[in-house]
Amino acid sequence: MFLAKTVMKIAIIKYNAGNNFSVECALKRIGYEAIITDNPDIILNADRVIFPGVGEASSAMAYLKEHKLDLLIKSLTQPVLGICIGQQLLCSHSEEGNINCLGIFNAQVKRFASSIQDYKIPHMGWNTLNNIKPGFIPKEFENQYVYYVHSYYVPITEDTAATTDYIHPFSAALHKGNFFSTQFHPEKSGDIGETIIKRFIEQ
Amino acid sequence: MLAKRIIPCLDVKDGTTVKGVNFVNFKNAGDPVELGKKYSQDGADELVFLDITASHEGRKTFVNLVTRIAKNISIPFTVGGGINDVSDVDKLLNAGADKISINSAALRNPNLIDNIAKNFGNQVCVTAIDARYDNGEWICYINGGRIPTERKLIEWAHEAQERGAGEILFTSMDHDGVKTGFACEALALLNEKLSIPIIASGGAGDYSHFYDVFTAGKADAALAASIFHFNEIPIDNLKVYLNERNINVRI
Repeated sequence: MFLAKTVMKIAIIKYNAGNNFSVECALKRIGYEAIITDNPDIILNADRVIFPGVGEASSAMAYLKEHKLDLLIKSLTQPVLGICIGQQLLCSHSEEGNINCLGIFNAQVKRFASSIQDYKIPHMGWNTLNNIKPGFIPKEFENQYVYYVHSYYVPITEDTAATTDYIHPFSAALHKGNFFSTQFHPEKSGDIGETIIKRFIEQ
Repeated sequence: MLAKRIIPCLDVKDGTTVKGVNFVNFKNAGDPVELGKKYSQDGADELVFLDITASHEGRKTFVNLVTRIAKNISIPFTVGGGINDVSDVDKLLNAGADKISINSAALRNPNLIDNIAKNFGNQVCVTAIDARYDNGEWICYINGGRIPTERKLIEWAHEAQERGAGEILFTSMDHDGVKTGFACEALALLNEKLSIPIIASGGAGDYSHFYDVFTAGKADAALAASIFHFNEIPIDNLKVYLNERNINVRI
């Protein structure tokens, strides 16, 4: 179902780990307006929900719980896109602050081992998408570069929609039902990132 | 594989790009947003905007400019110049910057790094170091390279990392503007001692200098200004050159 741009309602979840403005700017560049909100009604009634993030997992989870956004996010039935820490919070557990997360994806978020020579932590910069499964990330982006900044990663799981290799392969993107997520920042990944967001909105 | 990054640096005064910029058929080089867009299209991996305005009015102009950059450019960018406390950082991040760069302020008050990392995350905090090789030692300088300090490059860079810097941007004052190549020896030593990414700056004059900085210098990223502004080395050509020599770059 594709709605015209003027009626498409896009909610960006407002919480304490957001880089919401960057996501809002990326949406504007591809022709969409979004509302940044923590209002449950607006989020529930949105056509698309974006759950971004730059921050620390346990304090982000504490904030979501305190504002009852954890249950709300789990109950969403429209397409939801988690970005970076957003992807990690959609998993079952994170090593960062040893915290149980939302459990949409059955995966344990781990920290990159820091003692490996020639691999700096955080994983920062442009790295390639590999093993793209049909459905979420366009297949033609195989071996194309996207932008990453993170120290924690989601291992390969049954929901992995694409991988990236840093020290070892990890989940670049996940997809299960109406939940989509990326570890990279599509809002900072040039034209490729904008296409990925556009595809998510216009699915 | 993680790509080596190429980063053009733009100096901004009162909202306008300074340093002569010389592109044929490119009229808007004075507008940092237009110039940033052009670099992004040419394949720049990130951008750095340094505010060299001193006045209060100029600072406000810069914050507005940061928002225009965020709205119009789809790759990450760092802003620096005149950042003295956490509230300056807060303003610039809210305006849409991805990272901030601090230099003299961090040397004067090292706690600033801890405070930025604690409030906004390590990845936000680029610590820039200007250093010169004096009597067998790399000495850190403040105030745009005018005043020497007691600090040495490696030990200060290491302290910055421990305090929470996400990246080190090292400019060799001996190499800056000379165009004879980056300070590869010092960069390799820095790389050996640190576990965070290192951005090399100062000395780019030729394609081969970038090859050297990523191999001998082991840098994660290379920053330059005039050779890009004067189109002596177009970024797209540079990336083809590096790719042909097995340096992993985003093309």
